[in-house]
Amino acid sequence: MKVLLFGIAKDIAGAPSITLDAAPEKVAVLREQLYQRYPRLRELRSCMIAVNKVYAADGDTLQPGDEIAVIPPVSGG
Amino acid sequence: MDVLIDIKEEITVQEAVDFVTTPDCGGIAVFVGTVRNATKGKPVQRLFFECYTPMALLELEKIARHTLTEMGIRKIAILHVSGDKLPGETVVVIAAASPHRAAAFAACQYAIDTLKETVPIWKKEYFEDGEVWVAAHP
Repeated sequence: MKVLLFGIAKDIAGAPSITLDAAPEKVAVLREQLYQRYPRLRELRSCMIAVNKVYAADGDTLQPGDEIAVIPPVSGG
Repeated sequence: MDVLIDIKEEITVQEAVDFVTTPDCGGIAVFVGTVRNATKGKPVQRLFFECYTPMALLELEKIARHTLTEMGIRKIAILHVSGDKLPGETVVVIAAASPHRAAAFAACQYAIDTLKETVPIWKKEYFEDGEVWVAAHP
């Protein structure tokens, strides 16, 4: 499963995207995997997950083909 | 078409105003966001805007649709830049048209406030002695 990273999350991971071996069942599991791999994500003011370009809740389920993105605190405008 | 949404390297106030100008609207309000030359007293040399463009366009569309269905707006344009920007340069333009001015002012306020909360765009500030992703940390 491919995961896109933006802003400071991209800097923390050192890459604009990463690939997970398997699709976690839920967003919460994905989040925990990301936190274990990149502990500095925990230090951010917030860290949202988007699934198929829509903000997801921790309880949402994931499918193998989903487009996942890590959304650190936004600062447009 | 009542909504113009775009993310690109160069935007102008005029293209937004031109889009929303329509004979049935007597009020057009415009918000223009530019690069401030300092943050907390420290001179800013430039900004860099990164966008998750496909999702950002969807979120901007949601904001625009809300002003049409809930706020009495007839036409709205929301334009945002990506890439490098220097102090004074325009980074966001919102133009909203309605028959009367109050709705247009309110829509601009709603659109910029919501954009800053929900749209996946990030800015990095470059100072003389380093750089920082804005608002990333508590």
